[in-house]
Amino acid sequence: MSSQGERSEEIADQERIDMLRTMVRIREFESVVQNKFADAEIPGFLHLYIGQEAIATGVCQALTERDYLTSTHRGHGHCIARGLDTDKMAAELYGKETGYCNGKGGSMHIADVNAGMLGANGIVAGGIPIATGAALSAKMRDTDEVAVSFFGDGALSEGAFHESFNQAGIWELPLLGIIENNQYGEMTGLEEHHPPSALDDLTIYGEPYGVTRIQVDGMDVEAVYEATLDAVDQARNGGGPSLIECVGYRFEGHHEGDSQFYRPDGELEEWKQRDPLSTYPEKLIGEGVLTEDGYAEIEAEIEAEIEDAIEFARNSDYPDPQQAYEGVFSDGGEQA
Amino acid sequence: MSATAGESEEFAVRDVINRTLGEEMERDDRVYIQGIDVSGRGGTSNILKGLDDRFGTDRVRNTPISEVSMVGSALGAAATGMRPVVEVMYCGFLGVAGDQLLNQVAKMRYMFGGELDLPMVIRTKNVMGANAAAQHSQALHHWLAAIPGLKVVCTSTPADTKGLLKAAVRSDDPVMVFEHGGVYNRKAPVPTEDYQYEIGKAAIERRGEDVTVVATQNQLWNALEAAERLASDGISVEVVNPRTISPLDTETIVESARKTGRCVVVDDTPLSYGTQSQLSAVISEGAFWDLDLPVKRLGVDNVPIPFSPTLEDEIIPGTDEIVDEILDLA
Repeated sequence: MSSQGERSEEIADQERIDMLRTMVRIREFESVVQNKFADAEIPGFLHLYIGQEAIATGVCQALTERDYLTSTHRGHGHCIARGLDTDKMAAELYGKETGYCNGKGGSMHIADVNAGMLGANGIVAGGIPIATGAALSAKMRDTDEVAVSFFGDGALSEGAFHESFNQAGIWELPLLGIIENNQYGEMTGLEEHHPPSALDDLTIYGEPYGVTRIQVDGMDVEAVYEATLDAVDQARNGGGPSLIECVGYRFEGHHEGDSQFYRPDGELEEWKQRDPLSTYPEKLIGEGVLTEDGYAEIEAEIEAEIEDAIEFARNSDYPDPQQAYEGVFSDGGEQA
Repeated sequence: MSATAGESEEFAVRDVINRTLGEEMERDDRVYIQGIDVSGRGGTSNILKGLDDRFGTDRVRNTPISEVSMVGSALGAAATGMRPVVEVMYCGFLGVAGDQLLNQVAKMRYMFGGELDLPMVIRTKNVMGANAAAQHSQALHHWLAAIPGLKVVCTSTPADTKGLLKAAVRSDDPVMVFEHGGVYNRKAPVPTEDYQYEIGKAAIERRGEDVTVVATQNQLWNALEAAERLASDGISVEVVNPRTISPLDTETIVESARKTGRCVVVDDTPLSYGTQSQLSAVISEGAFWDLDLPVKRLGVDNVPIPFSPTLEDEIIPGTDEIVDEILDLA
């Protein structure tokens, strides 16, 4: 499926193991918070990334810490792939003051601007203009930073996508749009969101804006990584924006509690055959990059890390109610 | 208008905006401008004319007609080290960028835990009395002021335009600067020194004892004219310019109300749910026992702004109406 040029160098073993580790961390974090949400320990809404791990992991592996990214309401995977701390993420989900946003953002708004993570975003396509601005800023400050915006296939219907990519195309900004095609926009299938002519290749939406268009298998972390590397190279060298469609599948509902009435029988099972958390470890073990024991060690280590993160979140304090009035403006105060 | 010591020169509001932005771009190379036709024509009101020659089209940056991207990319740039100044041609066009203003710009610092600076300015204009019809004529500062997380400034005079615009550009928070098409050509002395007016601080533009008029933008000029007219009748009118609508300097406004005991509040927002309601509530809460009469509210009648001159004139208050309201109270 990958349409990018063949890369000459092979991906180093260590990078492959790092990517597997990241995917395991995302899956484990989300599986655990899924249970804690079901137990009513976590308030609010929860939108899980399970099934899409290869996308965030492959993309972020191709970035450096000086690059920027914007995320979506389904943002845990992007945050973890970016290297955010699972303790502070869990605390944020619990609404605790030790969380990334001091309990003001929750699951849908985790951000760490110092890490270039310009925020998960509760508005579909809402982060694309912001990433465009980060790309503009990178260019105006004469750096080689790039900005990456993750968004779903549903965001292609929003004006914000079109306005941003038009602007990025005209100004040749170092912007990467990652279309996470998980087959559903909320609870409606792809074919009800897009004309038939776009269904096979959603990057067609970037055609008038002159972006480089790449389509990859979103269940294949290495394909995503390599495609992103190419697009990042291009952006860093002044070659302008790219749009990468990662074709994958959402294993869970739109949000936890969604009855998933819209899913045809058998579809989920079919996609699960290609679960990157099964296929990738098998591949690495098969190629001798990793042993069965080595993989079990990674799993055990990350299981313990997430267990600790949940304990950290549980043991943290809720914010003092007075903190509701803080942080609106730069002087720390509220609006008069 | 505002009493200032030291040197001053007379300028029109439009020239003050151009000079002030030029000074700020000179001072700080992170400051840049983006908007529709800002280079070349100098924006829809020609206000930015010549800045592209001085600073280049990289820093005076023409955007496509894309308010969502224009506002949203300014936010992204502000979050990553730049200090953008966006021009949105008419305040009605802010609606096009609705999500970016309402959900992104206003909430980003708070939602992300309060640590993030977002030094960005959005300049736009209220328009009244230009026979431009409803989509190009209205005042919307009350609408943005109702969103926590945005600072909202209304410029009225050449001096406050300079002081407030400098404060807005240097602020680490998003500031909405509402200009007014009806005051662009108003001239008055402007101090030559480099100064800022604090966002959240009102000014007494004219001292008086009998009645307080709180007025913004075009209505401030009408209020000053009304005060001048009534002075010869022995009625002493105090005129307060709030300068910023959010945060609002309730202290200065309430203090004046307590002194005079009679108040008229006026600006170009619609009477229902306009700024007049907030100003009136603030005065009633803060000065109730010192008020001789209920606060009078003047604003645009609750219809979209019509095109034909006779229709438009009918619904917008002017100096005569302000005089009448003051006489009712005096």
